[in-house]
Amino acid sequence: MRNARLLVRALRDPASLGDCDWNGLISVARAEQLIGSLAFRMAERSVPARVAAIFEAARHDAAQARNQALWEAEMARRALAPLGVPVILMKGTAFHAANLDASVGRSVGDLDIMVPHASLDDVEAALLQAGWEHVKDAEGYDDGYYRRWMHELPPLIHRSRDRMIDVHHTILPLTARPRPDAQALIDASLRLDSGLHILSPADILVHAAAHLFADGDLAGGLRNLWDIDRLLREFDSPDFRRSLEERARLHQLGPHVARALRLAHRLYGTPVDRVFAGRFSLADRLFEARLLARNGWGQDRRKPLRFAFYLRSHWLRMPPLMLARHLWVKWRRPAPLSAKGAAERKPAPPAIAT
Amino acid sequence: MRHQLFLQIGPVSFRIGSAWGEPLDRLARLYAGYPEPEAGLCDFTVRLEPEQPWRRWFRPSVAIRGDYILPDAAPLSLAHGLLAAEMGMNLQMALGQKRYLLLHAATVEKDGRAVILTGESGAGKSTLAALLGERGWRLMGDEFALLDMASGMLLPFPRAVSLKNGAIRVMEAEVEASRFGPLLAGTPKGDIRHMRPNRNALARMGEGARPALILFPRFGEAGAVRAVGRAEVFMRLTQASTNYVALGSRGFDSLNRLIAACPALAIDYPDTATAIGLVEDFRQELAA
Repeated sequence: MRNARLLVRALRDPASLGDCDWNGLISVARAEQLIGSLAFRMAERSVPARVAAIFEAARHDAAQARNQALWEAEMARRALAPLGVPVILMKGTAFHAANLDASVGRSVGDLDIMVPHASLDDVEAALLQAGWEHVKDAEGYDDGYYRRWMHELPPLIHRSRDRMIDVHHTILPLTARPRPDAQALIDASLRLDSGLHILSPADILVHAAAHLFADGDLAGGLRNLWDIDRLLREFDSPDFRRSLEERARLHQLGPHVARALRLAHRLYGTPVDRVFAGRFSLADRLFEARLLARNGWGQDRRKPLRFAFYLRSHWLRMPPLMLARHLWVKWRRPAPLSAKGAAERKPAPPAIAT
Repeated sequence: MRHQLFLQIGPVSFRIGSAWGEPLDRLARLYAGYPEPEAGLCDFTVRLEPEQPWRRWFRPSVAIRGDYILPDAAPLSLAHGLLAAEMGMNLQMALGQKRYLLLHAATVEKDGRAVILTGESGAGKSTLAALLGERGWRLMGDEFALLDMASGMLLPFPRAVSLKNGAIRVMEAEVEASRFGPLLAGTPKGDIRHMRPNRNALARMGEGARPALILFPRFGEAGAVRAVGRAEVFMRLTQASTNYVALGSRGFDSLNRLIAACPALAIDYPDTATAIGLVEDFRQELAA
């Protein structure tokens, strides 16, 4: 096994791993942003000294990432407290804030929050006041596109801490076919001691499945599916299974959640509701292949399949005519937006002499 | 990947893969005599790959990738593939190294005392360290100083010294030709030629040293020496560190301990002979 399957096996059953392609495992885990999770999973196992040292550093790093994520959430809480609206943490930051099993070793990039749609203007103004700035040109096509069609504001970045915040008002773009019930998400959310909120357990799962299978091109999918595995194992109970199915239907995401269950079970051996999950299909095989499309050097593999999922991500988001106009605008531009966005997300390291 | 090379440099090991043979052949010649990583286990993977699939053959263009990636890093021409490999290793260290506090600094050692030379690019620290390395000092590294957070020791990271422009001729006059890589003309940073540290530096790459002095050299001014206060040293070293922020409180504590243990001086020097004389004087003062 010289590919991402080795990582899946190491996460799923660390004890089963014999002496293996450690270099490949580490490269794939880093590329999939799973090195912290892997390091904690392997903590009890004896591994070669150099590998142990890499994992130990990764565990330290994860602890620091957790601190930073929680601090960023606290900064947002302080900025938004005067508005008196519920501020719901999402994804990685929520896992950490609620101490869920999914937070163990979990890296966090941006801070994702959700607020009621009616308060978006006030929230944006309060964040701008507190030192966040627009990343994108406020007059440009992207800004307008975000405001009209996306489930979040154009990204903001903090001037001095250099961290991004994504302010959501629902969990899928407005152009997507499923229409999740944003008000129901807010109504069911749980208040933490800090005053910040998280989604209800079932809604956390629905959001994770929506993010992975109804939006985006499955980049970083192994990590998102690992979240799903950890969440399902932690929440599992007859009541939870029932409520997951109900909430999935309420948010029009039944098929997406079912696919999440099938793939989590397939790759990570997650215990799931087999009736709701349904049978592993031919299409699921394509998703599995896409999730595992990385070799032991950490390189992207299966370029045509990756491209197909990239096209699918646009198809999911937009009706055809709108897609045509969107791609026309994007392709006419000299610098691709995605690369630029990614660069801006990374803090620039100090200049290094060559 | 089609071609690969494993390198152990001080406590850090690298796996370097490449779509082309030439950059790794050059790298292997430059790093002749370096040990192999134990059991082939590596801290970091560097990849040199075509920026687009067709750029392997057509106007080859070397993208610098690996475990850690800067999305906007500009690709280099295949003629500069050796430089791409070096930059790839630097990038992994700068973005991914969390076991040691990393300072962008050169380090030399004599009698068990290590001197850290840091300052802006172009201050001459590389050249100064390389010269000291040929004149009785042990060159521990010209690019990164590795501070072990548990012990407070500096660990060697004796990569090939990256000589630029005028410094190339200075060192060519000093060092045998077999230790040099090819001259890379017209890179984004001007002319570059890499130089392998001497046998002593390689033989002792497993041996750390206690930090004894921090120097901020600046080339081009009349000779002057000024003590630098601890607060200023602290600020300058946080700016010189690539991972200080990422290490959190551990980084803060070890940097504090380093600064408490070492005097710090800013030196202006008109020529390298003066600088070498100054460093020798400091060493004798420390020993006294």
